[in-house]
Amino acid sequence: MFRDLMLSLGGRDLRLRYRQTALGVAWVILQPLMAAGIFTFVFGLVAKLPAGKSGYFMQTYASLLGWNAFFATITKTSGCLLQNAPLVSKVYFPRLVLPLSTVFSTLVDFAIALGLMIVMMPLHHIGFTYGILLIPIWLAMLILMAMGIGLYAAALGVSYRDVQYVIPVLTQLLMYASPVGYTLDAVPARFRTLVMLNPLSGLLEAFRWSLLGTSSSHWMAILYSTLVAFIAFFAGAIAFRRMERKFTDVI
Amino acid sequence: MSSSGDIAISVRDVSKSYIISHNQEAHVTLAEAMLHRLRHPFQRPRSEKFWALQDINFDVSFGEVVGIVGRNGAGKSTLLKILSRITEPATGQIDLYGRIGSLLEVGTGFHPELTGRENIFLNGHILGMNRAEIRRQFDAIVEFAGVDKFLDTPVKRYSSGMFVRLAFSVAAHLNPEILVVDEVLAVGDAEFQRKCLGKMRDVASGGRTVLFVSHNMAAVRQLCTSGILLDGGRIVKHGTVSEVVQDYLAARATGRSIGQVNRHGMELAEIALRDADSGYPTQSPIMDGDYQLYLKVIAHRPLRGAAPVIRIYDDLGTLVSSICCVEEGMGTVDMDGPLAVSFNLPRLQLYPGRYSVTVCLYALHDPVQYLEAADALTFDVQPAPVRDASKAYDHQAGKVRIANGGEFLDAAEIESDDVVELPTARSH
Repeated sequence: MFRDLMLSLGGRDLRLRYRQTALGVAWVILQPLMAAGIFTFVFGLVAKLPAGKSGYFMQTYASLLGWNAFFATITKTSGCLLQNAPLVSKVYFPRLVLPLSTVFSTLVDFAIALGLMIVMMPLHHIGFTYGILLIPIWLAMLILMAMGIGLYAAALGVSYRDVQYVIPVLTQLLMYASPVGYTLDAVPARFRTLVMLNPLSGLLEAFRWSLLGTSSSHWMAILYSTLVAFIAFFAGAIAFRRMERKFTDVI
Repeated sequence: MSSSGDIAISVRDVSKSYIISHNQEAHVTLAEAMLHRLRHPFQRPRSEKFWALQDINFDVSFGEVVGIVGRNGAGKSTLLKILSRITEPATGQIDLYGRIGSLLEVGTGFHPELTGRENIFLNGHILGMNRAEIRRQFDAIVEFAGVDKFLDTPVKRYSSGMFVRLAFSVAAHLNPEILVVDEVLAVGDAEFQRKCLGKMRDVASGGRTVLFVSHNMAAVRQLCTSGILLDGGRIVKHGTVSEVVQDYLAARATGRSIGQVNRHGMELAEIALRDADSGYPTQSPIMDGDYQLYLKVIAHRPLRGAAPVIRIYDDLGTLVSSICCVEEGMGTVDMDGPLAVSFNLPRLQLYPGRYSVTVCLYALHDPVQYLEAADALTFDVQPAPVRDASKAYDHQAGKVRIANGGEFLDAAEIESDDVVELPTARSH
């Protein structure tokens, strides 16, 4: 019964997103392309950061695939309770349905952006490896981690509206602290450990490894990220469930 | 279906409290809350526990249709929210034997950008129906709402009437064993309200358990088999529907809030609607007649800059009109001891029906409400022809008369007006 509700809310998000837009679904493709383009211009052309053999654009696009899914999940999950406040205060259903239902549209966006990647790879003379089969796992870890943070933020945001202003700032900080616009190899050796403390680093590098075949696959980093992802998710879910009973009275 | 003796809902010792903060500013943000802490490190947060519900105990049998009545703020909505699991009680236990569906507001979860069809499914899921159920009921929902031509139009383009009809229709086809309904009938036009009432009657007679909250005593009497009267968060009566409705109306008519000194030391001693000529009090004023609303408030503690406010509600609890001293050019008054006020109500322009009067007392530049005497007086406006009309307005006309006569224009006048407005007409 609540699965139907989840699918239905997910479907609503998908339908609504590009209704009354002139370019419609094309935005799903344009958004990551434009983002990767901007990165390429700023970091690749102006700042002249070193690029691997696959070229700056492709290596950024590959990590942006992961980052965008992460970012979208945090943003949507953390805002979902306030956006659906009338629903929360008037109808009973397990509140977890709301954040979980946001995953559908994120997955669809990801699939389309990944499809575009697969189309672009031969054009850039990049071969496919079996690593590509591991992409769903990297994605799942990123979404788990983001969901955990988002759940905590959503629950806290019911009482304190600050959360909605803090989240965009923090995520932006996190993006620059993560190897999105640069590769781990481009980081000076003495800072590398610091960057690796960021649980996103391993997973974003893993995206590049799966798609572009960049040599360095940091298995320890991935193990670390996986651990953090699970801890974040369960901590977030438990906090959410615990604060859940107060939502209606405070929202 | 179980035999009628079986219990569908059991409520034991349920209470619910809210914390009301008495600090001037409520802290919406974390920073504000922390700043306040820093500035006033030793100040205890002045807050008060407000009991919205206290010691609620009752059982409802399968197939029973229970009307829950009480004045505004009696705790009806809180009770429904607890029953439908939207919020949790502070203490006590609730057992529900069967699937519960609740309708606390029509159209929750409707999204303006989605089409009627999409909203039927979304809203159905939100209310707890599964896909197969909605498919099965789809045609009935559409037919009841009468929107078949607009199924694929976004509901933001619907008229408000269509929107409400569709929203109610989805909800009405929900098939839970226990249905909780709050004041749904207060929407839509008279025709649709009748249709809703009919649908509700079908639901009730279909052997389902229904809890129904309403201010509309006619509807409660028609639909319900038993009733619960709430006042101040407690059950004051649980019995047959006619007993409960009688008690409710009696409590409203006698104005229990009269003669009590509240915690601000204020007492509403007397309130009456008086005939402007004779000065006799009446509870059945006639439309278009001249009246005065008289009230006597005793201040057991002095209050400077006091401003009495009168609110007049209709029988559904909708605010029809307010009378404020300051806005009426009477200014404010310093109170110490008894104060009598009289408001002039010349040519009463309320349409026939029952109205209730709430008396409030405020002071200038002060958010505190020093007195609230809800339903201190009720009166029934009687129909009477205005001017020398051949027919009088009745209770179906609405609540307030805004016209003051008019005239039929004769044909010659219409023509000459048209000629004047056309600039080319004069050129030849």
